[in-house]
Amino acid sequence: MLADYVGILVILVAGMLLVGGMLGAHLLLGPKRKFAEKDEPFECGEKPIASPHQRYAVKFYLVALLFVVFDVEAIFFYPWAAVFTELSWFGYGAILVFTLPLAVGLVYEWLKGGLEW
Amino acid sequence: MPVAEILKTLFILLVVVGGLAPLITWIERKQSAVMQDRIGANRADIGGLTLIGLFHPLADVLKLLGKEDFVPAGANRVLHLLAPLIAAIPAVIAFAVIPYGGVYRFGDHTLSLVVSDADWGMLYIFAIASLATYGTVIAGWSSNNGWSLLGSMRASAQMISYEVTMGLSLVGIFMVFQTLKLQDMALAQDTTLRVFGFLDIFFGLSHPAIDWIRLPAWGVFYQPLAFLLFLTCIMAENKRPPFDLPEGESEIIAGYHLEYSGMRFGLFFMSEFIQVVVIAGLMTALFLGGWSIPYLSTQTIVAGVGRFMGTGFATGLCVLLHFAAFMLKLGAMIWFQMALRWTLPRFRYDQVMDLCWKVILPLSIANVLVTGLVMLLVQEAA
Repeated sequence: MLADYVGILVILVAGMLLVGGMLGAHLLLGPKRKFAEKDEPFECGEKPIASPHQRYAVKFYLVALLFVVFDVEAIFFYPWAAVFTELSWFGYGAILVFTLPLAVGLVYEWLKGGLEW
Repeated sequence: MPVAEILKTLFILLVVVGGLAPLITWIERKQSAVMQDRIGANRADIGGLTLIGLFHPLADVLKLLGKEDFVPAGANRVLHLLAPLIAAIPAVIAFAVIPYGGVYRFGDHTLSLVVSDADWGMLYIFAIASLATYGTVIAGWSSNNGWSLLGSMRASAQMISYEVTMGLSLVGIFMVFQTLKLQDMALAQDTTLRVFGFLDIFFGLSHPAIDWIRLPAWGVFYQPLAFLLFLTCIMAENKRPPFDLPEGESEIIAGYHLEYSGMRFGLFFMSEFIQVVVIAGLMTALFLGGWSIPYLSTQTIVAGVGRFMGTGFATGLCVLLHFAAFMLKLGAMIWFQMALRWTLPRFRYDQVMDLCWKVILPLSIANVLVTGLVMLLVQEAA
């Protein structure tokens, strides 16, 4: 049981060392010649006149809300799927009851135009 | 035990990160060249030796190391530095639960060729895949650049949308194999499946042909729809063309990694290519029988070869054959992703989102319900 986690830990440490080493080597080897014009954010040659951190389309928030709803519901499918044959028809009925509000929610979202871009 | 763990881990890092990922950057250039009737990368040479351009990945690394480490004015320095790490590390460690060989018995030792033989393998994959989203979003947000921010907004919406469907489209496969453990799925696919078995189960017909016409018991034959849906989702999750809207170099220049140079950019670049390998490994383990050889199960090889050469030799042979089979399938899936990348044009953003929420999501819920019904009917009849 613990061995499962040992493998993950080893690969995590090795991965961090590898990635950190690559960044470290870059910091050491790369040239450092800084001046104000070079440090400007890239704008196709124009001077940036406004901060990019402004209000953006509300659709992105809507997608994030949808994500929270559907991703949390999707999680409940996994344990059910893993013992599906043991639960048999009872489990199938239960998941139908569970899927119904999910499907109704999706249809409602769709009809209300929440999925339009 | 720790020694075996460390060896298995180092092997994976050597093959995936050290071997395959650089090789893929070369394959991508060469394959695109072949597909577009060009010659492709062939200039990098060491002492006149070019090896059909195989030194290019090495030249890339040297070039990236020699670039200035650039942080734009007004950027959040800490997050700007952290973002490539958050993008690259999940890509490297995702391979930990993908089996690249089976479970073998040498005397009283059992060898399972996977770094972490965990019951929660697929949950780990989903968790790690969603971590990679943060790297992309933070990179664009911290750069203080309009293009980058647009890229990271696109990336956030696209990646979380496809995360939902990525999870749901695989439920059918979990139902078929009754597990979330990838090694168990691969073991379950190391057998065959009667194509016309339903005639026997539902109608009681018996004919030698029903027993003889068989396919390998691969996930793709049980769940063809899930195969297509999951492949689409996970490719969209990796943001490679035709789903490269967060980068979209003809619209928003380079999107979320526009303000990155040198190795920091290299880490985004690397994580994308490692993810190609991870996707190929995942598709292989879930749908293409993992390390198994079609029509030639482990027991058959051990029994057949073991009779002449001894069980130990036969098991060793199995290890080699299975690893070769795994690498072959992995290569095929990598080739497929590369071919797709140079075949399809980039989608529009509304098309990407419509595909996710209006096509894949309803289809994957329907797939779960239909799979359940069919499995229960088969269970009743059998």
